[in-house]
Amino acid sequence: MSSFCDQCGQIFASLSKSRVCRRATLRRFLTLAVVACAILIFVSISFLSKIVPVSAQQKNSCIECHSQLEGRLGDPARLFENDIHKARGLSCNDCHGGDPTQDDKKGAKSALHGYTGKPAKNLIPNFCGKCHSDAALMKKFNPSLRVDQVQEYWTSVHGTKLRAGDTNVATCVSCHDVHGIRAPGDPMSSVSPLNVAETCAKCHGNAEYMKSYDIPHDQYDKYKLSVHAKALYEKHDLSAPTCNDCHGNHGAAPPGLASVANVCGQCHARQSTLFQASPHKAAFDKMQIGECIRCHSNHGIVAPTDQMLGVGAESVCTSCHNNDKGYDGAVQMSGKIENLQTSIHRATEILDRAERAGMEVSRPKFELREAFDALTQGRVLTHSAAPSEVEKAIEPGIASAAKSYKAGEDAFSELTFRRQGLAVSLVFILFLAFLVYLKIRQIESEPPGIES
Amino acid sequence: MKTESLMLWLDQRLGINALAELARKKEIPRHRHSVWYYFGGMTLFLFTVQVATGILLLLYYRPSAETAFESVQFIITEVQFGWLIRSVHSWSANLMILALFIHMFSVYFMSAYKPPREITWVTGVLLFFICIGFGFSGYLLPWNKLAYFATKVGTEITGVIPIVGKPMLRFLRGGDEVTGATLTRFFGFHVAVLPATATVLLGIHLLLVQMHGMSVPEKYSGTSLKKMKFFPNFFLRDLIGWILAIGVLAALAAMFPWELGEKADPFSPAPAGIKPEWYFLFMFQTLKYLPAKILFIDGEILGVLAFGLGGLVWVLVPFLNRYPGTPKRRKFFTVFGILVVAFIVVMTLIGFVT
Amino acid sequence: MSVNANNPDEFGIGNQPKNESRRRFLDYLLGTSAVATLGAIFYPIFRFMVPPQITEAQQNSVIAAKSNEIANNSGKIFKFGSKPGIIIRTQTGDLKAFSASCTHLDCIVQYQPETKQIWCACHNGQYDLTGKNVGGPPPRPLEEFTVNVKGDDIVVTKS
Repeated sequence: MSSFCDQCGQIFASLSKSRVCRRATLRRFLTLAVVACAILIFVSISFLSKIVPVSAQQKNSCIECHSQLEGRLGDPARLFENDIHKARGLSCNDCHGGDPTQDDKKGAKSALHGYTGKPAKNLIPNFCGKCHSDAALMKKFNPSLRVDQVQEYWTSVHGTKLRAGDTNVATCVSCHDVHGIRAPGDPMSSVSPLNVAETCAKCHGNAEYMKSYDIPHDQYDKYKLSVHAKALYEKHDLSAPTCNDCHGNHGAAPPGLASVANVCGQCHARQSTLFQASPHKAAFDKMQIGECIRCHSNHGIVAPTDQMLGVGAESVCTSCHNNDKGYDGAVQMSGKIENLQTSIHRATEILDRAERAGMEVSRPKFELREAFDALTQGRVLTHSAAPSEVEKAIEPGIASAAKSYKAGEDAFSELTFRRQGLAVSLVFILFLAFLVYLKIRQIESEPPGIES
Repeated sequence: MKTESLMLWLDQRLGINALAELARKKEIPRHRHSVWYYFGGMTLFLFTVQVATGILLLLYYRPSAETAFESVQFIITEVQFGWLIRSVHSWSANLMILALFIHMFSVYFMSAYKPPREITWVTGVLLFFICIGFGFSGYLLPWNKLAYFATKVGTEITGVIPIVGKPMLRFLRGGDEVTGATLTRFFGFHVAVLPATATVLLGIHLLLVQMHGMSVPEKYSGTSLKKMKFFPNFFLRDLIGWILAIGVLAALAAMFPWELGEKADPFSPAPAGIKPEWYFLFMFQTLKYLPAKILFIDGEILGVLAFGLGGLVWVLVPFLNRYPGTPKRRKFFTVFGILVVAFIVVMTLIGFVT
Repeated sequence: MSVNANNPDEFGIGNQPKNESRRRFLDYLLGTSAVATLGAIFYPIFRFMVPPQITEAQQNSVIAAKSNEIANNSGKIFKFGSKPGIIIRTQTGDLKAFSASCTHLDCIVQYQPETKQIWCACHNGQYDLTGKNVGGPPPRPLEEFTVNVKGDDIVVTKS
């Protein structure tokens, strides 16, 4: 079939089915192929760039090799995915040295490229401190981060012992983990407030471990029963203290016996101030008694009760005082507080009764809060060990409780008034009904034809 | 003499002598079941108590979500005898509905709706629905927790009616949720819309009763019964009942004051065991018992539609139970009525006990 | 009132006047007790309609104190409806009012003239003079109220 080629216009002896010459056919085919290849390349590049992270596109042989290993050799590579250092653009070589662009082990871990490997236990603080104590460097990542952690660490019990050669103590990685480090604000971090106690208890709750140091191992168990733990774990109050709030975190050490009041006073400022102005402070320090913890315990701190005051069975005062001025003071203070407690109780009880009887007493009930406040004040003021101060706080409370009690009494007298009023009006009403009944009888007893 | 000239003066202007003559002539038939005749008047009396106490409460009540609860609290604590007016209003509402049920069912069982009294029955049933509406709208007005959730549940149920349900719900609630807008709306219903409608229907109802006189059970028709004059005989008897009702209300208000509860808080969870007022309890309990699905329809929808149908049948009873009709049909309707009463009573009791 | 003419019965003629006087007595009793009962009903109603001493139900606005009660750099607790409030006059003489319920655990806060801050004695919570929580455990700022001076009175309103 000879004809004109649609493409080039020349006459040919034979044409393809689509009426173009061989050259035109080839040209069409090549164009198609080039376009197809371009598309393929474009797709594969974009596809690959999606599944392969940017940083590893800059080759990272560390991760590549170690992620294929099992057990503790492979964990670092897997854990590192969630690490905050990774999120900041750092990688294995930034801490361990070496060259991640080298495929073979020798090249990657060459000392020429600064490979340091796994640091020895006693070198860990400085290992981390290489960056974390460098203010200029840290400023580039997070200007508000402190840079004195290592310095603090060396002052801690852990740091002192480490320097002396004990490698069983905690170092940075014991608390902060290694390779999968999260920021302290991250709820999954081992040093988030919700997890600190567990982290410390890993060692400090282990009987075997603590035996060699002659430290008790029941702090964590005691803490879990405390009112602070309840606030933290049950009420999710993140301002509640955990281990580091009293013991420090990097400079962790138990506060000295003479500084306990200052530590507790971070939150319980009033009690602390009162205590330190009281005669107890000097006495406790002289006798080497831990200031707040003597009465309130250190780890298993429970809500204080009024029974701790005074001279009863559960009193803490009687452990030192017996028939002396302190004893009398204890009696006086607890007496006043009990007084107010009883007044409040009486007032609450009568108001509750009035409410059950149907009277509206929400206002007096609210005003009773003032008495409650006075009670709280009084209890706080016991730390001054001065009965006169306690009295000053309690007095307005007693007046307020008395007022509320009177309101309860008034409610009942109003109730009585209503019931009396009811009785009187019922008499009238029933009498009237009876009279109407008589009237009916009278009307209907008269023969018909009577008009009233 | 003075009264006579006054009457003459009024008659020349208002034609009252004719009315006085009608009043003098009005008679009540006396038979075994005459006692039921008192309940219409009792319902009317209690309704009057509601209007009076309601107007008094209006002097102090504030219908907004921020102020309603406090204003009721103010009434029962600060206003002189506020506790009395408020408790009487709440108790009388319940007593009125009870009297209304007795009146309605006694009329039903005595077939007093037979011709010519069909319209009286229809207006009466509509008044019944209106009174239920009064109860439902009034219950929300103190804006306490119980009322808030009762309203939530109650209006939720209207939403399940197919097609018209959702728009109805939005109309009732003044929005998608129960809010201050609902309170304002319910207040409007309670003090304006429903009273106006009730007045019109009540007027027609009472007028028709005067026109047709008291209906008499069939077995007595044709026989001559003893009659009692309405004024003063029957009226004085009515009066005794009303005086005693006042006594009962006073006693209830003083001995069992109506609770105020806690202010409604839309964000707090519903208290356990929410129940509507007793006159809704039987419907509420029935809906609880219906299975989630019957065939392919939601159990709840079916329940609501069934009650709707029931209401419709109830309105149309005079046209379904034709008179004179057959004894069989009359018996059927009597049995039907007994079943309805039994159902309501049993379901209400179950609702109370569980 | 027309009386039936002499209608003798077995007791003789005498019971007419007795009937009459009985009826009169009954009517008299009926009348007086009806009036008494109506009185017993309308007395509470009239008392109800007379407005009570305290005319406002809801405390949306309250007189916190007198102008001259609050010196510069001092504060005072007052009752705002059913909640505690604190009114403060700053060093420069401006009046500020806040809710006095600490947002941590509901203790009543106080003004500290030394630090010019609002302080909560329970757990050392601190708020600045805009009500913002600036120290200690409190998680939220204190609610601020609007202050107006009307003559001698300081009127605090919920914003």
